[in-house]
Amino acid sequence: MKYLDEFRDSDLARRLLDDIAGITTKHHVLMEVCGGQTHSIIRNGIDRLLPDDIEMVHGPGCPVCVTPLETIDKALEIASRDGVIFCSFGDMLRVPGSGRDLFSVKSTGGDVRIVYSPLDAVQIARDNPDREVVFFGIGFETTAPANAMALYQAKQEGLTNFSMLVSHVLVPPAMRAILDSPTNRVEAFLAAGHVCSVMGYEQYYPIAEQYGTPIVVTGFEPLDLLQGIKMAVLQLEEGRAEVENAYQRAVKREGNLPAQQMLADVFVTIDRKWRGIGAIPQSGWALGADYKAFDAAERFTVTDIDTIESPLCHAGEVLRGTLKPDQCPAFGNECTPRTPLGATMVSAEGACAAYYLYGRFKELEATP
Amino acid sequence: MCLGIPGKVIEITGEGVTMTGKVDFDGIVKEVSLAYVPDISIGDYAIIHVGFAITQLDEKAALDTLAHLQEIEAIEVELDPDAALAAEEAIAKGAE
Amino acid sequence: MTIENWTCPMPLRDHPTIVMGHGGGGQLSAELIEHLFLPAFGNGELAELADAAVLDLEGSISFSTDTFTVHPRFFPGGDIGELAINGTVNDVAMRGAVPRYLSVGLILEEGLPMAELGVIVNSMAKAAEHAGVTIVTGDTKVVDRGHGDGIYINTTGIGIMREGADIRPQRATPGDAIIVSGTMGDHGMAIMSVREGLEFEASIRSDSAALNHMIGDVLDTGADVHVLRDPTRGGLAASLNEIAKAANVGVLIEERAIPVDRTVAAACEMLGMDPMYVANEGKVVAFVAADDADRVLNAMRSHPEGVNATIVGAVTDTHRGMVAARTPLGSTRVVDMQVGEQLPRIC
Repeated sequence: MKYLDEFRDSDLARRLLDDIAGITTKHHVLMEVCGGQTHSIIRNGIDRLLPDDIEMVHGPGCPVCVTPLETIDKALEIASRDGVIFCSFGDMLRVPGSGRDLFSVKSTGGDVRIVYSPLDAVQIARDNPDREVVFFGIGFETTAPANAMALYQAKQEGLTNFSMLVSHVLVPPAMRAILDSPTNRVEAFLAAGHVCSVMGYEQYYPIAEQYGTPIVVTGFEPLDLLQGIKMAVLQLEEGRAEVENAYQRAVKREGNLPAQQMLADVFVTIDRKWRGIGAIPQSGWALGADYKAFDAAERFTVTDIDTIESPLCHAGEVLRGTLKPDQCPAFGNECTPRTPLGATMVSAEGACAAYYLYGRFKELEATP
Repeated sequence: MCLGIPGKVIEITGEGVTMTGKVDFDGIVKEVSLAYVPDISIGDYAIIHVGFAITQLDEKAALDTLAHLQEIEAIEVELDPDAALAAEEAIAKGAE
Repeated sequence: MTIENWTCPMPLRDHPTIVMGHGGGGQLSAELIEHLFLPAFGNGELAELADAAVLDLEGSISFSTDTFTVHPRFFPGGDIGELAINGTVNDVAMRGAVPRYLSVGLILEEGLPMAELGVIVNSMAKAAEHAGVTIVTGDTKVVDRGHGDGIYINTTGIGIMREGADIRPQRATPGDAIIVSGTMGDHGMAIMSVREGLEFEASIRSDSAALNHMIGDVLDTGADVHVLRDPTRGGLAASLNEIAKAANVGVLIEERAIPVDRTVAAACEMLGMDPMYVANEGKVVAFVAADDADRVLNAMRSHPEGVNATIVGAVTDTHRGMVAARTPLGSTRVVDMQVGEQLPRIC
């Protein structure tokens, strides 16, 4: 595919890896925040090809992993109700709530449907005027404009049978929370490329300055990731702490202004709980006053939910980068991809799932 | 959050908030919303995420990035004469 | 043939849809058999309309069953009927047998349009003829509206084992070449392209095909074939994992060598799916003694179903029970068994 395959060139990747090895003189800890980047790193074995002194820590960049348990449980409750058509991205279907997931709700009769776009859920609402259609609106800033548009359309058309269960999380506050932690080891960040396509990267300058942390806006293909890593390592080696853009073909400093306008119209910033991490102030988006009528959390009064997070699950520490998955006592025992205790074992880019794949495979070397 | 892939705009309908279009990914054609890229034209590339173009792809920047990546070794050779020989051999090999 | 231009071979009573009576064993059932099934599958044994078929067979018998529930039942490149015939023909052939006879069990949902059933039955007849198998017995039941997905089809097949054939997963041996007969992921993505909520326009067609003729030619070369498997649900990854575990050997795949149609690759990118895990319905994975790989490739490539046959990897004696893949970057990653269905993702 054009503008994709070129950024997977293995010869150029090898050169970048050599460059990185050539400039690294001490141990550095880097974090990529975006789940898609984690997925690409694992899929291409990039962290195993990097020099040993470059340590990649996988951050909480997977909205699947960090959606609060209460929200998952609410989703499960709503999806179980008679007459409700519950629409979701595929990612969310296997995430465990307090004891079950959307798949099991589907198997006991819930009408749960996978959609590619939130607009497909709006279409389902148009096609089923006598049913309540609820869309699970999760995601980072990248997905929020799409969810906002769905709400805008529903409001314009007066689709009273449509509502959204919103759980949006924001990247910059999460980065601050990680840097604020007394046990933090992260020295530089790869900022999430597509989040920045929407929001730009203006917000990262104060963070880079305040914490003395290099931040490089990075894409997703192997060459993009390696270029981002190289630029971050170079900054660390040279003692700089700047914001740089390694994903110029898809990111402008100011971001996407029409999208940001829609976001401002539909959402308000709130304090939000991150599963496994806890509350991070001003780190989420909820529906603003104009759109409150479409809030599924209000439309469906869900009785007090007793959330039951497994006491054995250490996903939070993993998400913050302070615990490696294979250091968790439940790892590989009570907690496996087939019997996950937390979202980091379920999600394709959850750090625990990734380690599970490697951990059983220690004798394999990274290169022949 | 992140899965966005580049596609070529082959058809545009409407404008403003209701602007939609067809995007071609190597033979896959998908109807997407173009509301957030109001200045896009047919033939341009966009990054598509969950049925929305979230940004136009800057083709010049893409080509510049690739050119820069391909030039890296040549630049380093100028700084280190010993590397020059190794680089020449590598380039000759790469040209095979 | 399309649903629109299907015409009933012999006039049925005025029933545009399936009703409970069609499964009741009475007049309506008999009409369905006489006016639809027999003309389509028509042959001596079936026409006897006895409770069971009697067949004269010699030698070891390969025996396989499969049930088909695919939704939607019509998709680019095929339908559930064609799938049902080819699937069982292939399962029998994968053991090194020549498929001969099939049974067909239908569970129809009340309300299924007769025209749709007609097209499906016609597809089955064509597929059976192409594969060279005969449908000798069958059964039809009808379930209440809302209690079935339109149509479920069970096919069970019998084949005669080729002399000396010993083809089973346990025979995979370190050093074996691993060959796939063509592009991966076509069927699964063809289904995705028409699945509600995920539709896209594409020229992707299911690769559903009967492979017994091609497999016959492969075995006729005398090549030392150890394992044959059709990578259906779970794709190539599932088949390789099953074989690696069954034989307790390691498998190492070269990612770059796996043939994937460009449009299928693009569809996978769009939905965030990995072609290695996407279903195929007209492909075979073969583990053969390394020295015989070329013979097998040539035999496959002489068939339309096998034009893109290629070696994708080898069996190792390290990391036994596990499947690894070398990425284009040169690193090695584990290719694990998927937990459940592969789902489109946004992350």
